[in-house]
Amino acid sequence: MTRTITLAQGNGGEENRALISGLFFRYLGNEILERAEDAAVLQTEKKMAMTTDSFTVSPIFFSGGDIGKLSVCGTCNDLAMMGAQPKYLTFAVMVEEGFETRKLEKIVRSIKKELAINGAKVVSGDTKVLPKGAIDGIMINTTGLGALSVEGVSVRNLEMGDAVVVSRDIGRHGAAIFAGREGIELESEIASDCASLWPMVEKVIANGVIPNAMRDATRGGLAAVLNEWVEASDVCIEIDEGSLPICEAVSGICELLGFEATALANEGTFVLAVRPENAERTLEVLRSFPGNEMAAVIGEVTDRYPKRVVLRSEWGTKRFMELPTGELLPRIC
Amino acid sequence: MVKLELKDLYDKFRDPATIKALAALIEKEAKRLSGPLNIMEVCGGHTHTIMKYGLKQLLPESIRFIHGPGCPVCIMPKERIDHAYILSQQENVILATLGDMIKVPGSRGSLQQARSQGADVRFVYSPLDVLKIALENPDKTVIFFAIGFETTTPMTAALLDQARKQGVKNLLFHVNHVTVPEVMKELIDSRDKHVDSYNNRIDAFIGPSHVSVIAGAKIYEPFPKKYDRSVVVSGFEPVDVMEGVLMLVKQFVEDRCDLQIQYKRSVTMEGNINAQQLIDRYFQKRELFKWRGLGNIPWSALMLRDEYAEMDAERVYADVLPIEEIEDHKLCICGDILRGMADPTECQVFGTACKPSSPMGSCMVSSEGACAAYYKYGGLM
Ligand code: SF4
Repeated sequence: MTRTITLAQGNGGEENRALISGLFFRYLGNEILERAEDAAVLQTEKKMAMTTDSFTVSPIFFSGGDIGKLSVCGTCNDLAMMGAQPKYLTFAVMVEEGFETRKLEKIVRSIKKELAINGAKVVSGDTKVLPKGAIDGIMINTTGLGALSVEGVSVRNLEMGDAVVVSRDIGRHGAAIFAGREGIELESEIASDCASLWPMVEKVIANGVIPNAMRDATRGGLAAVLNEWVEASDVCIEIDEGSLPICEAVSGICELLGFEATALANEGTFVLAVRPENAERTLEVLRSFPGNEMAAVIGEVTDRYPKRVVLRSEWGTKRFMELPTGELLPRIC
Repeated sequence: MVKLELKDLYDKFRDPATIKALAALIEKEAKRLSGPLNIMEVCGGHTHTIMKYGLKQLLPESIRFIHGPGCPVCIMPKERIDHAYILSQQENVILATLGDMIKVPGSRGSLQQARSQGADVRFVYSPLDVLKIALENPDKTVIFFAIGFETTTPMTAALLDQARKQGVKNLLFHVNHVTVPEVMKELIDSRDKHVDSYNNRIDAFIGPSHVSVIAGAKIYEPFPKKYDRSVVVSGFEPVDVMEGVLMLVKQFVEDRCDLQIQYKRSVTMEGNINAQQLIDRYFQKRELFKWRGLGNIPWSALMLRDEYAEMDAERVYADVLPIEEIEDHKLCICGDILRGMADPTECQVFGTACKPSSPMGSCMVSSEGACAAYYKYGGLM
């Protein structure tokens, strides 16, 4: 018989404690968590950055990751984008009664793996079991605390002439989730780009490059990040369409369904604005990470159309890159 | 054997050098035009290409595009969307439709809103997916809200055909298939009741290629002959559209008025006879169909043949579906815009009361409509 999560395991009693020690302590244990006090006590020296995010995803296990990996990457990446090294995370999980225990264990294992990549710890946690139908499988919230290693990285700091760099090919997560959810059969599978970004950020900074802005291109994709930047910094960003790194599988999906790769979500892809003289060095660092071979300079910050993102085609025409809206729906005509 | 990849199908039709070369040729030829040339691209797919690839910026000022009514979503009148909305509210009903149809508001709300309030509304990629939904839900009535031009009609017919062959009894159809030539005729041949004139400024048409793959280029034959309007049936890639424009310019320079096919890689005069027969088996012409922004156009749509009345949601649910007309907004000048008589910016409510997020007329409803395009691309057009 497959073991499943029961309501009793969320009630704070015996079964609940068994779940916590058998699963969460076993994989995520460390000296702070295991003290099992009412709150974690943390010692910090540097300025700290803090962020929180909740995660639901369907399917829970997708090509290239799962909700566990996502819940660590998502929060740690937000810290990394401020130039902060992820240190401490809280971990709250809501599980639907009847969820397979084996699946939960798999999720916790991928959390452990991803924490190690970031060098971060879970210092506080919570588990709730909800009656069947109250949620769709599982939902995770993580809050992260990170130590700032540089200051001044901000969406408001773009400067005229900055080179806009993207860390790898875009649109993978969105395309993978879409294909997985809709059961679209593809000849070559698209794996999500789901990954932790701190190691890359750390190395970029270690190489003497302090970006003016960094943002991971999650929901809304590249288009959302760039539009946010032009708003916040009151500049124009001009992008060369031909230089956008897009893998064949993703452009195939876009072609079939009428999507724009720039509007598809990513989970391990970020955009940097760096001084033009640092662009080459930034690319070199990024490309040294496996999977990021397609890192590219895609455009520059100008003052031509304030607060707008402009796409320049290879035949000399221009159009605005719009902020994606609403739910992704295929075009019919 | 060389393996053909998806990208081989479009790569060479987006080649920058070819696009630039065509632009230079058009520029040269257009110098010999005696006046401006107003080209209507009938189909939303062409509008999309023109916008996305910025083709207007490559053309001389004497060449003007009039964005046609060719998007099956934006021409859908509120009455019909209300039908879909009401059907989705019926007990035990799953309503299925295509793509962004679910976003467009009728007078009661959009299907998206109906869904968020608990109705079972699904969007599918292809009509045949609806068969699966019907088979998986034998105790529900599945209603397919069928939309589209000649391109998608055969797929609806195929769905119907399959459903009958497999004895699927819980699948009904609400048919909104429309036909292109009738609306083209209407645009050049009719009286616009708002401005009370017969005017239009359409000199030539770029004919939709996908429609013609099915119906054959023959459907455009009357236009050069009877209405003195040139037609070039062209593909959807930027190279196709540019070549189509060049062919039209040449016709005018050489004082010809013809029907030509640019999209030779799949359009023939006759079209796909099998598909035409399949359509003919299940559908008949509808006497009157209302187009959003254009009003009632005779014989411009299809309905199920009487033999299949028991599969026709409009007849089965006749009791709950209203038939009253809902007027287009009085200030909306979509009709004029579609005839090339006005630009969106001439509309009093353009960009103020009427925006893509709160459209008042058909031209603002879909991103392929003229008003939405002007709104989005503003200074770059
Ligand atoms: S701006 Fe709106 S109301 Fe005015 S013509 Fe366009 S769609 Fe109609």
